[in-house]
Amino acid sequence: MKNNNIIMDIKDFDFTYPGADEPSLKNINMPLKRNKITAMIGPSGCGKSTLLRAMNRIHDLYPGNTYKGEINLYSSDGTKQNILTLKKENDFIELRQKVGMIFQKPTPFPMSIFDNVAYGLKLSGIKDKTEIEKRVKEALKDAAVWKETKDRLKKSALGLSGGQQQRLCIARAVALKPEILLFDEPTSALDPISTGAIEELISQLKKEISVMIVTHNMQQASRLSDYTAFMYLGDLIEYDKTNNIFLNPAQKLTEDYITGRFG
Amino acid sequence: MGARLFKNFSFFSATLSFFILIGVFSVLFSYAQEALHEFGFDFLYNEVWEADEDDEGGIFGGYVPIIGTLLSTLIAMLIATPLAMGIAIFLTEIATEKMIQPVSVAIELLAAIPSIIYGMWGLFYFAPIVQLTVGGNGVGLLTAGIVLAIMIIPFMAAITRDAMNTTPPVLKESAYSMGATKFEVIKDIVMPYAKGGIIGSIILALGRALGETMAVAFLIGSVMSIPSKITDPTTSIPVLLANNFAEAQDLEMSSMYYLALILFIVSFAIISLAKFYFFRKSII
Repeated sequence: MKNNNIIMDIKDFDFTYPGADEPSLKNINMPLKRNKITAMIGPSGCGKSTLLRAMNRIHDLYPGNTYKGEINLYSSDGTKQNILTLKKENDFIELRQKVGMIFQKPTPFPMSIFDNVAYGLKLSGIKDKTEIEKRVKEALKDAAVWKETKDRLKKSALGLSGGQQQRLCIARAVALKPEILLFDEPTSALDPISTGAIEELISQLKKEISVMIVTHNMQQASRLSDYTAFMYLGDLIEYDKTNNIFLNPAQKLTEDYITGRFG
Repeated sequence: MGARLFKNFSFFSATLSFFILIGVFSVLFSYAQEALHEFGFDFLYNEVWEADEDDEGGIFGGYVPIIGTLLSTLIAMLIATPLAMGIAIFLTEIATEKMIQPVSVAIELLAAIPSIIYGMWGLFYFAPIVQLTVGGNGVGLLTAGIVLAIMIIPFMAAITRDAMNTTPPVLKESAYSMGATKFEVIKDIVMPYAKGGIIGSIILALGRALGETMAVAFLIGSVMSIPSKITDPTTSIPVLLANNFAEAQDLEMSSMYYLALILFIVSFAIISLAKFYFFRKSII
Protein backbone atom coordinates (compact mmCIF):
# COMPACT_ATOMS: atom_id res chain seq x y z
CA MET A 1 0.00 0.00 0.00
CA LYS A 2 1.51 3.30 -1.07
CA ASN A 3 -0.10 5.97 0.94
CA ASN A 4 1.49 9.06 2.44
CA ASN A 5 -1.36 9.51 4.85
CA ILE A 6 -0.62 6.30 6.70
CA ILE A 7 1.84 6.21 9.59
CA MET A 8 1.29 2.69 10.79
CA ASP A 9 -0.56 -0.10 9.08
CA ILE A 10 -1.70 -3.05 11.15
CA LYS A 11 -2.56 -6.02 8.94
CA ASP A 12 -4.10 -9.39 9.86
CA PHE A 13 -2.51 -9.06 13.26
CA ASP A 14 -2.79 -11.80 15.90
CA PHE A 15 -1.15 -11.65 19.31
CA THR A 16 -0.83 -14.50 21.83
CA TYR A 17 0.57 -14.17 25.36
CA PRO A 18 3.01 -16.87 26.52
CA GLY A 19 1.22 -19.97 27.72
CA ALA A 20 -2.19 -18.87 26.44
CA ASP A 21 -4.11 -21.19 24.10
CA GLU A 22 -6.19 -18.50 22.47
CA PRO A 23 -4.81 -15.34 20.91
CA SER A 24 -5.61 -12.15 22.84
CA LEU A 25 -5.90 -10.18 19.61
CA LYS A 26 -7.54 -11.69 16.55
CA ASN A 27 -7.16 -10.55 12.99
CA ILE A 28 -6.73 -6.83 13.62
CA ASN A 29 -6.67 -4.58 10.54
CA MET A 30 -6.17 -0.91 11.26
CA PRO A 31 -4.39 1.68 9.12
CA LEU A 32 -3.42 4.62 11.36
CA LYS A 33 -3.46 8.06 9.75
CA ARG A 34 -0.48 10.37 9.91
CA ASN A 35 -0.82 13.53 12.04
CA LYS A 36 -4.16 12.41 13.38
CA ILE A 37 -5.27 11.29 16.80
CA THR A 38 -6.66 7.79 16.88
CA ALA A 39 -8.47 6.66 20.02
CA MET A 40 -8.98 3.05 21.08
CA ILE A 41 -11.98 2.39 23.31
CA GLY A 42 -13.51 -0.75 24.70
CA PRO A 43 -14.25 -2.47 28.01
CA SER A 44 -11.42 -3.71 30.26
CA GLY A 45 -9.68 -6.76 28.89
CA CYS A 46 -10.70 -6.09 25.29
CA GLY A 47 -7.04 -5.97 24.23
CA LYS A 48 -6.55 -2.28 23.55
CA SER A 49 -3.47 -1.96 25.75
CA THR A 50 -2.18 -5.25 24.39
CA LEU A 51 -2.38 -3.85 20.87
CA LEU A 52 -0.74 -0.59 21.91
CA ARG A 53 2.13 -2.43 23.55
CA ALA A 54 2.71 -4.42 20.37
CA MET A 55 3.21 -1.21 18.44
CA ASN A 56 6.56 -0.45 20.06
CA ARG A 57 7.30 -4.10 20.88
CA ILE A 58 7.45 -3.33 24.61
CA HIS A 59 5.84 -6.78 25.01
CA ASP A 60 9.20 -8.22 24.15
CA LEU A 61 10.64 -7.29 27.57
CA TYR A 62 8.82 -10.41 28.71
CA PRO A 63 9.68 -13.36 26.49
CA GLY A 64 7.38 -15.90 24.88
CA ASN A 65 4.81 -13.82 22.96
CA THR A 66 3.66 -14.85 19.52
CA TYR A 67 2.96 -12.33 16.79
CA LYS A 68 1.23 -13.05 13.50
CA GLY A 69 0.55 -10.70 10.60
CA GLU A 70 2.23 -7.37 9.93
CA ILE A 71 2.61 -3.99 11.57
CA ASN A 72 4.20 -1.67 9.05
CA LEU A 73 5.71 1.62 10.13
CA TYR A 74 5.92 4.26 7.39
CA SER A 75 8.64 6.68 8.49
CA SER A 76 8.69 10.29 7.32
CA ASP A 77 11.83 9.50 5.32
CA GLY A 78 9.67 7.24 3.16
CA THR A 79 10.90 3.90 4.41
CA LYS A 80 8.53 1.09 5.28
CA GLN A 81 9.36 -1.41 7.94
CA ASN A 82 7.47 -4.39 9.32
CA ILE A 83 8.22 -3.98 13.02
CA LEU A 84 7.21 -7.55 13.80
CA THR A 85 10.34 -8.82 12.06
CA LEU A 86 12.71 -7.01 14.44
CA LYS A 87 14.89 -9.26 16.56
CA LYS A 88 18.02 -7.45 17.76
CA GLU A 89 18.22 -5.10 20.76
CA ASN A 90 19.54 -2.32 18.52
CA ASP A 91 16.54 -2.57 16.23
CA PHE A 92 14.19 -2.32 19.21
CA ILE A 93 16.03 0.77 20.43
CA GLU A 94 15.67 2.40 17.03
CA LEU A 95 11.99 1.47 16.86
CA ARG A 96 11.24 2.80 20.35
CA GLN A 97 12.85 6.10 19.55
CA LYS A 98 10.46 6.42 16.59
CA VAL A 99 7.46 5.09 18.49
CA GLY A 100 7.23 6.75 21.91
CA MET A 101 5.03 5.63 24.77
CA ILE A 102 3.31 7.40 27.68
CA PHE A 103 1.94 5.33 30.51
CA GLN A 104 -1.11 5.43 32.74
CA LYS A 105 0.78 6.74 35.74
CA PRO A 106 3.43 9.41 35.35
CA THR A 107 6.85 7.74 35.39
CA PRO A 108 9.46 10.40 36.13
CA PHE A 109 12.93 8.90 36.47
CA PRO A 110 14.73 9.39 39.80
CA MET A 111 16.79 12.31 38.48
CA SER A 112 16.42 16.05 37.84
CA ILE A 113 13.78 17.56 35.55
CA PHE A 114 16.43 18.48 33.01
CA ASP A 115 18.03 15.04 33.08
CA ASN A 116 14.65 13.38 32.62
CA VAL A 117 14.18 15.12 29.29
CA ALA A 118 17.84 14.93 28.31
CA TYR A 119 17.95 11.21 29.09
CA GLY A 120 16.52 9.98 25.79
CA LEU A 121 18.63 12.45 23.84
CA LYS A 122 21.78 11.20 25.51
CA LEU A 123 20.70 7.61 24.86
CA SER A 124 20.24 8.41 21.20
CA GLY A 125 23.88 9.48 21.07
CA ILE A 126 23.67 13.28 21.17
CA LYS A 127 26.71 14.56 23.06
CA ASP A 128 26.71 18.28 22.22
CA LYS A 129 25.63 20.09 25.40
CA THR A 130 24.15 23.19 23.74
CA GLU A 131 22.17 20.95 21.38
CA ILE A 132 20.82 18.97 24.33
CA GLU A 133 19.93 22.14 26.25
CA LYS A 134 18.16 23.55 23.22
CA ARG A 135 16.13 20.41 22.64
CA VAL A 136 15.23 20.01 26.31
CA LYS A 137 13.90 23.57 26.35
CA GLU A 138 11.96 23.02 23.11
CA ALA A 139 10.46 19.80 24.39
CA LEU A 140 9.41 21.32 27.71
CA LYS A 141 7.78 24.17 25.81
CA ASP A 142 6.08 21.78 23.38
CA ALA A 143 4.74 19.83 26.34
CA ALA A 144 3.46 23.02 28.00
CA VAL A 145 5.42 22.46 31.16
CA TRP A 146 8.23 24.98 30.56
CA LYS A 147 6.75 27.80 32.66
CA GLU A 148 6.45 25.65 35.74
CA THR A 149 9.85 24.06 35.41
CA LYS A 150 12.24 26.63 33.97
CA ASP A 151 13.35 27.83 37.42
CA ARG A 152 13.84 24.36 38.86
CA LEU A 153 15.38 22.32 36.06
CA LYS A 154 18.06 20.96 38.38
CA LYS A 155 15.54 19.89 41.02
CA SER A 156 14.22 16.35 41.27
CA ALA A 157 11.36 15.52 38.94
CA LEU A 158 9.71 13.66 41.80
CA GLY A 159 8.78 17.01 43.39
CA LEU A 160 6.38 17.93 40.56
CA SER A 161 2.63 17.37 40.81
CA GLY A 162 1.06 14.39 39.05
CA GLY A 163 -0.14 16.44 36.09
CA GLN A 164 3.21 18.19 35.73
CA GLN A 165 4.99 14.84 35.93
CA GLN A 166 2.81 13.47 33.14
CA ARG A 167 3.56 16.50 30.95
CA LEU A 168 7.24 16.04 31.76
CA CYS A 169 6.97 12.43 30.56
CA ILE A 170 5.37 13.72 27.35
CA ALA A 171 8.18 16.27 26.98
CA ARG A 172 10.66 13.45 27.46
CA ALA A 173 9.04 11.48 24.65
CA VAL A 174 8.59 14.52 22.39
CA ALA A 175 12.26 15.48 22.77
CA LEU A 176 13.19 12.42 20.71
CA LYS A 177 11.02 13.69 17.82
CA PRO A 178 9.18 10.39 17.41
CA GLU A 179 6.99 9.56 14.41
CA ILE A 180 4.13 8.39 16.59
CA LEU A 181 3.31 8.60 20.27
CA LEU A 182 1.34 5.90 22.05
CA PHE A 183 -0.68 6.97 25.09
CA ASP A 184 -1.89 4.27 27.45
CA GLU A 185 -4.74 5.91 29.40
CA PRO A 186 -2.55 8.94 30.12
CA THR A 187 -5.07 10.83 32.25
CA SER A 188 -6.75 8.10 34.27
CA ALA A 189 -4.59 8.89 37.31
CA LEU A 190 -5.05 12.67 37.06
CA ASP A 191 -7.56 15.25 38.30
CA PRO A 192 -9.91 16.99 35.80
CA ILE A 193 -7.78 20.14 35.46
CA SER A 194 -4.58 18.22 34.74
CA THR A 195 -6.58 16.01 32.39
CA GLY A 196 -7.72 19.11 30.48
CA ALA A 197 -4.13 20.32 30.19
CA ILE A 198 -2.95 16.97 28.86
CA GLU A 199 -5.80 16.77 26.34
CA GLU A 200 -5.02 20.27 25.12
CA LEU A 201 -1.40 19.26 24.79
CA ILE A 202 -2.19 16.08 22.85
CA SER A 203 -4.33 17.99 20.34
CA GLN A 204 -1.42 20.44 19.86
CA LEU A 205 1.01 17.59 19.34
CA LYS A 206 -0.71 16.19 16.27
CA LYS A 207 0.72 18.97 14.12
CA GLU A 208 4.07 17.26 14.46
CA ILE A 209 3.35 13.74 15.58
CA SER A 210 0.77 11.04 14.99
CA VAL A 211 -1.01 9.94 18.15
CA MET A 212 -2.63 6.72 19.30
CA ILE A 213 -4.46 6.92 22.60
CA VAL A 214 -6.06 4.19 24.66
CA THR A 215 -8.79 5.52 26.90
CA HIS A 216 -11.54 4.33 29.18
CA ASN A 217 -13.22 7.66 28.91
CA MET A 218 -15.57 7.92 25.94
CA GLN A 219 -15.97 11.68 26.29
CA GLN A 220 -12.22 11.95 26.02
CA ALA A 221 -12.19 9.88 22.85
CA SER A 222 -14.96 11.96 21.27
CA ARG A 223 -13.42 15.29 22.30
CA LEU A 224 -9.92 14.49 21.29
CA SER A 225 -9.67 12.06 18.46
CA ASP A 226 -10.08 12.15 14.69
CA TYR A 227 -10.51 8.39 14.40
CA THR A 228 -11.83 5.89 16.88
CA ALA A 229 -11.43 2.16 17.10
CA PHE A 230 -13.80 0.10 19.21
CA MET A 231 -12.45 -3.21 20.45
CA TYR A 232 -14.23 -6.02 22.19
CA LEU A 233 -12.82 -9.34 23.44
CA GLY A 234 -9.74 -9.14 21.25
CA ASP A 235 -11.58 -8.20 18.08
CA LEU A 236 -11.60 -4.87 16.34
CA ILE A 237 -15.34 -4.30 16.02
CA GLU A 238 -15.35 -0.98 14.26
CA TYR A 239 -12.81 1.58 13.13
CA ASP A 240 -13.90 4.84 11.53
CA LYS A 241 -13.90 8.62 11.83
CA THR A 242 -14.76 9.57 15.42
CA ASN A 243 -17.93 11.37 14.34
CA ASN A 244 -19.23 8.30 12.59
CA ILE A 245 -18.45 6.03 15.52
CA PHE A 246 -20.21 8.24 18.04
CA LEU A 247 -23.07 9.56 15.92
CA ASN A 248 -23.73 6.81 13.47
CA PRO A 249 -22.05 3.54 14.39
CA ALA A 250 -22.33 0.73 11.86
CA GLN A 251 -22.26 -2.07 14.41
CA LYS A 252 -24.91 -2.80 17.03
CA LEU A 253 -22.16 -3.67 19.56
CA THR A 254 -20.49 -0.29 19.12
CA GLU A 255 -23.78 1.49 19.61
CA ASP A 256 -24.52 -0.50 22.77
CA TYR A 257 -21.11 0.33 24.19
CA ILE A 258 -21.10 4.06 23.48
CA THR A 259 -24.61 4.48 24.76
CA GLY A 260 -23.56 2.77 27.98
CA ARG A 261 -25.68 -0.35 27.64
CA PHE A 262 -22.71 -2.48 28.69
CA GLY A 263 -19.04 -2.08 29.54
CA MET B 1 -8.65 -1.78 77.64
CA GLY B 2 -7.11 -4.09 75.04
CA ALA B 3 -6.27 -1.21 72.76
CA ARG B 4 -4.54 0.64 75.58
CA LEU B 5 -2.58 -2.41 76.60
CA PHE B 6 -1.50 -2.91 73.02
CA LYS B 7 -0.52 0.74 72.68
CA ASN B 8 1.58 0.56 75.84
CA PHE B 9 3.16 -2.69 74.75
CA SER B 10 4.20 -1.30 71.36
CA PHE B 11 5.49 1.86 73.01
CA PHE B 12 7.53 -0.28 75.40
CA SER B 13 8.91 -2.38 72.53
CA ALA B 14 9.79 0.68 70.50
CA THR B 15 11.68 2.37 73.32
CA LEU B 16 13.35 -0.84 74.53
CA SER B 17 16.05 -0.80 71.84
CA PHE B 18 16.92 2.74 72.78
CA PHE B 19 17.40 1.79 76.44
CA ILE B 20 19.45 -1.27 75.52
CA LEU B 21 21.72 0.94 73.46
CA ILE B 22 22.25 3.33 76.36
CA GLY B 23 22.64 0.45 78.80
CA VAL B 24 25.34 -1.27 76.75
CA PHE B 25 27.19 1.98 76.24
CA SER B 26 27.20 2.84 79.96
CA VAL B 27 28.37 -0.63 80.99
CA LEU B 28 31.23 -0.54 78.48
CA PHE B 29 32.11 2.99 79.49
CA SER B 30 32.17 2.35 83.25
CA TYR B 31 34.09 -0.94 82.98
CA ALA B 32 36.65 0.75 80.71
CA GLN B 33 37.27 3.56 83.25
CA GLU B 34 40.43 2.02 84.72
CA ALA B 35 42.09 1.66 81.33
CA LEU B 36 40.83 5.06 80.22
CA HIS B 37 42.51 6.67 83.24
CA GLU B 38 45.70 4.65 82.86
CA PHE B 39 46.27 5.04 79.10
CA GLY B 40 43.95 7.81 77.86
CA PHE B 41 43.95 8.30 74.11
CA ASP B 42 47.50 6.90 73.81
CA PHE B 43 45.73 3.55 73.92
CA LEU B 44 44.73 4.12 70.30
CA TYR B 45 48.34 4.40 69.06
CA ASN B 46 50.10 1.92 71.34
CA GLU B 47 51.10 -1.34 69.67
CA VAL B 48 52.03 -3.20 72.85
CA TRP B 49 49.69 -5.60 74.63
CA GLU B 50 51.57 -7.16 77.53
CA ALA B 51 50.55 -8.19 81.01
CA ASP B 52 53.04 -8.10 83.91
CA GLU B 53 54.33 -11.39 85.35
CA ASP B 54 51.98 -11.22 88.28
CA ASP B 55 49.02 -10.48 86.00
CA GLU B 56 48.14 -7.42 88.04
CA GLY B 57 49.08 -4.70 85.59
CA GLY B 58 50.88 -4.23 82.31
CA ILE B 59 50.88 -2.12 79.18
CA PHE B 60 47.95 -2.44 76.86
CA GLY B 61 47.43 -0.64 73.57
CA GLY B 62 44.69 -1.12 71.00
CA TYR B 63 46.50 -0.09 67.83
CA VAL B 64 47.03 -3.58 66.35
CA PRO B 65 43.50 -4.96 66.81
CA ILE B 66 41.98 -1.67 65.65
CA ILE B 67 44.05 -1.67 62.46
CA GLY B 68 43.42 -5.41 61.99
CA THR B 69 39.66 -4.91 62.29
CA LEU B 70 39.57 -2.01 59.88
CA LEU B 71 41.81 -3.68 57.28
CA SER B 72 40.06 -7.05 57.30
CA THR B 73 36.70 -5.30 57.02
CA LEU B 74 37.96 -3.09 54.21
CA ILE B 75 39.22 -6.09 52.22
CA ALA B 76 35.92 -7.88 52.78
CA MET B 77 33.88 -4.90 51.65
CA LEU B 78 36.01 -4.31 48.57
CA ILE B 79 35.49 -7.88 47.46
CA ALA B 80 31.89 -8.33 48.56
CA THR B 81 30.24 -5.13 47.30
CA PRO B 82 30.77 -5.58 43.55
CA LEU B 83 30.00 -9.32 43.72
CA ALA B 84 26.82 -8.80 45.73
CA MET B 85 25.67 -6.07 43.32
CA GLY B 86 26.33 -8.45 40.43
CA ILE B 87 24.30 -11.21 42.05
CA ALA B 88 21.41 -8.84 42.79
CA ILE B 89 21.38 -7.42 39.27
CA PHE B 90 21.50 -10.91 37.81
CA LEU B 91 18.59 -12.06 39.95
CA THR B 92 16.37 -9.05 39.28
CA GLU B 93 17.11 -8.12 35.69
CA ILE B 94 18.93 -10.85 33.82
CA ALA B 95 18.11 -14.35 35.11
CA THR B 96 15.24 -16.25 33.53
CA GLU B 97 12.26 -17.28 35.64
CA LYS B 98 13.66 -20.81 35.99
CA MET B 99 17.03 -19.68 37.34
CA ILE B 100 15.82 -17.13 39.90
CA GLN B 101 14.43 -19.69 42.35
CA PRO B 102 17.46 -22.01 42.69
CA VAL B 103 19.98 -19.16 42.80
CA SER B 104 17.92 -17.28 45.41
CA VAL B 105 17.62 -20.37 47.58
CA ALA B 106 21.36 -21.00 47.33
CA ILE B 107 22.09 -17.41 48.38
CA GLU B 108 19.73 -17.63 51.34
CA LEU B 109 21.24 -20.96 52.44
CA LEU B 110 24.71 -19.44 52.31
CA ALA B 111 23.48 -16.70 54.66
CA ALA B 112 22.23 -19.35 57.09
CA ILE B 113 25.57 -21.14 57.55
CA PRO B 114 26.97 -20.52 61.07
CA SER B 115 30.17 -18.50 61.03
CA ILE B 116 32.27 -21.19 62.74
CA ILE B 117 31.71 -23.42 59.71
CA TYR B 118 33.07 -20.71 57.46
CA GLY B 119 36.03 -20.48 59.86
CA MET B 120 36.78 -24.19 59.67
CA TRP B 121 36.28 -24.34 55.94
CA GLY B 122 38.52 -21.30 55.56
CA LEU B 123 41.26 -22.68 57.75
CA PHE B 124 41.46 -26.21 56.39
CA TYR B 125 40.53 -25.71 52.77
CA PHE B 126 40.83 -22.10 51.76
CA ALA B 127 43.94 -20.94 53.69
CA PRO B 128 46.22 -23.46 51.89
CA ILE B 129 44.91 -22.20 48.55
CA VAL B 130 45.73 -18.62 49.52
CA GLN B 131 49.16 -19.77 50.67
CA LEU B 132 49.81 -21.50 47.35
CA THR B 133 48.65 -18.62 45.17
CA VAL B 134 49.84 -15.49 46.94
CA GLY B 135 52.28 -16.81 49.55
CA GLY B 136 52.36 -16.13 53.28
CA ASN B 137 51.37 -18.54 56.02
CA GLY B 138 47.88 -19.20 54.85
CA VAL B 139 46.27 -17.49 57.80
CA GLY B 140 46.38 -13.70 57.78
CA LEU B 141 44.59 -10.53 56.75
CA LEU B 142 43.86 -11.59 53.18
CA THR B 143 42.39 -14.99 54.07
CA ALA B 144 40.26 -13.46 56.81
CA GLY B 145 39.13 -10.68 54.48
CA ILE B 146 38.14 -13.05 51.67
CA VAL B 147 36.22 -15.43 53.92
CA LEU B 148 34.52 -12.45 55.58
CA ALA B 149 33.54 -11.29 52.11
CA ILE B 150 32.05 -14.69 51.32
CA MET B 151 30.08 -14.50 54.56
CA ILE B 152 28.58 -11.07 53.95
CA ILE B 153 27.87 -11.47 50.21
CA PRO B 154 24.59 -13.36 50.75
CA PHE B 155 23.27 -10.63 53.08
CA MET B 156 24.18 -7.84 50.75
CA ALA B 157 22.91 -9.66 47.69
CA ALA B 158 19.58 -10.59 49.28
CA ILE B 159 18.82 -7.10 50.61
CA THR B 160 19.97 -5.41 47.41
CA ARG B 161 17.87 -7.81 45.35
CA ASP B 162 14.78 -7.01 47.43
CA ALA B 163 15.44 -3.29 47.03
CA MET B 164 15.90 -3.62 43.27
CA ASN B 165 12.73 -5.66 43.00
CA THR B 166 10.75 -2.70 44.30
CA THR B 167 11.50 -0.72 41.11
CA PRO B 168 8.07 -0.37 39.48
CA PRO B 169 7.99 -2.33 36.19
CA VAL B 170 6.34 0.64 34.46
CA LEU B 171 9.36 2.81 35.30
CA LYS B 172 11.65 0.34 33.61
CA GLU B 173 9.24 0.03 30.70
CA SER B 174 9.25 3.78 30.19
CA ALA B 175 13.04 3.79 30.06
CA TYR B 176 12.98 0.93 27.57
CA SER B 177 10.35 2.76 25.56
CA MET B 178 12.80 5.65 25.17
CA GLY B 179 15.34 3.34 23.65
CA ALA B 180 17.39 2.38 26.70
CA THR B 181 19.36 -0.86 26.70
CA LYS B 182 19.15 -3.32 29.57
CA PHE B 183 22.46 -2.05 30.91
CA GLU B 184 21.25 1.56 30.79
CA VAL B 185 18.02 0.68 32.56
CA ILE B 186 19.98 -1.03 35.34
CA LYS B 187 22.47 1.84 35.65
CA ASP B 188 20.08 4.79 35.36
CA ILE B 189 16.78 3.49 36.73
CA VAL B 190 17.15 0.42 38.90
CA MET B 191 20.33 1.39 40.77
CA PRO B 192 19.22 4.96 41.65
CA TYR B 193 15.78 3.71 42.58
CA ALA B 194 17.23 1.06 44.90
CA LYS B 195 19.93 3.37 46.30
CA GLY B 196 18.47 3.36 49.80
CA GLY B 197 18.32 -0.41 49.97
CA ILE B 198 21.80 -0.77 48.51
CA ILE B 199 23.30 1.55 51.12
CA GLY B 200 21.31 -0.26 53.79
CA SER B 201 22.71 -3.59 52.70
CA ILE B 202 26.24 -2.22 52.76
CA ILE B 203 25.73 -0.86 56.28
CA LEU B 204 24.37 -4.14 57.58
CA ALA B 205 27.18 -6.10 55.95
CA LEU B 206 29.73 -3.67 57.36
CA GLY B 207 28.31 -4.13 60.83
CA ARG B 208 28.53 -7.87 60.49
CA ALA B 209 32.10 -7.76 59.14
CA LEU B 210 33.29 -5.45 61.92
CA GLY B 211 31.92 -7.64 64.67
CA GLU B 212 32.53 -11.09 63.19
CA THR B 213 34.45 -13.16 65.71
CA MET B 214 34.56 -16.90 65.11
CA ALA B 215 35.49 -17.11 61.44
CA VAL B 216 38.06 -14.37 61.78
CA ALA B 217 39.54 -15.96 64.91
CA PHE B 218 40.29 -19.07 62.85
CA LEU B 219 41.79 -17.18 59.96
CA ILE B 220 43.48 -13.94 60.96
CA GLY B 221 46.34 -15.57 62.84
CA SER B 222 45.77 -13.90 66.21
CA VAL B 223 49.24 -12.35 66.25
CA MET B 224 49.79 -9.08 68.05
CA SER B 225 51.67 -7.31 65.26
CA ILE B 226 51.02 -4.73 62.58
CA PRO B 227 50.82 -6.45 59.18
CA SER B 228 53.39 -5.17 56.70
CA LYS B 229 51.87 -6.98 53.75
CA ILE B 230 48.41 -8.21 52.97
CA THR B 231 49.14 -11.88 53.71
CA ASP B 232 50.60 -11.18 57.17
CA PRO B 233 48.78 -12.46 60.24
CA THR B 234 47.44 -9.93 62.72
CA THR B 235 44.46 -9.74 65.06
CA SER B 236 41.17 -7.90 65.33
CA ILE B 237 39.16 -6.47 68.21
CA PRO B 238 36.56 -9.26 68.51
CA VAL B 239 39.23 -11.94 68.10
CA LEU B 240 41.45 -10.45 70.80
CA LEU B 241 38.46 -10.14 73.13
CA ALA B 242 37.40 -13.75 72.58
CA ASN B 243 40.93 -15.14 72.96
CA ASN B 244 41.91 -13.23 76.09
CA PHE B 245 38.70 -12.88 78.02
CA ALA B 246 39.08 -16.08 80.04
CA GLU B 247 42.45 -15.20 81.57
CA ALA B 248 42.40 -11.45 81.79
CA GLN B 249 42.10 -9.58 85.08
CA ASP B 250 41.93 -6.03 86.36
CA LEU B 251 43.69 -3.64 84.02
CA GLU B 252 43.79 -6.04 81.07
CA MET B 253 40.09 -6.72 81.50
CA SER B 254 39.40 -3.01 81.65
CA SER B 255 41.54 -2.49 78.54
CA MET B 256 39.41 -5.05 76.76
CA TYR B 257 36.29 -3.13 77.71
CA TYR B 258 38.03 -0.09 76.29
CA LEU B 259 38.53 -1.99 73.02
CA ALA B 260 34.91 -3.10 73.03
CA LEU B 261 33.89 0.53 73.58
CA ILE B 262 35.98 1.55 70.57
CA LEU B 263 34.36 -1.14 68.41
CA PHE B 264 30.95 0.02 69.62
CA ILE B 265 31.72 3.64 68.79
CA VAL B 266 33.30 2.83 65.42
CA SER B 267 30.31 0.71 64.33
CA PHE B 268 27.94 3.35 65.59
CA ALA B 269 29.84 6.13 63.81
CA ILE B 270 29.94 4.26 60.49
CA ILE B 271 26.25 3.50 60.60
CA SER B 272 25.37 7.08 61.58
CA LEU B 273 27.58 8.43 58.83
CA ALA B 274 26.01 6.18 56.23
CA LYS B 275 22.53 7.03 57.49
CA PHE B 276 23.32 10.73 57.45
CA TYR B 277 24.74 10.51 53.93
CA PHE B 278 21.75 8.52 52.75
CA PHE B 279 19.18 10.87 54.28
CA ARG B 280 20.89 13.95 52.96
CA LYS B 281 21.01 12.44 49.48
CA SER B 282 17.45 11.20 49.43
CA ILE B 283 15.92 14.62 50.13
CA ILE B 284 16.73 16.30 46.87
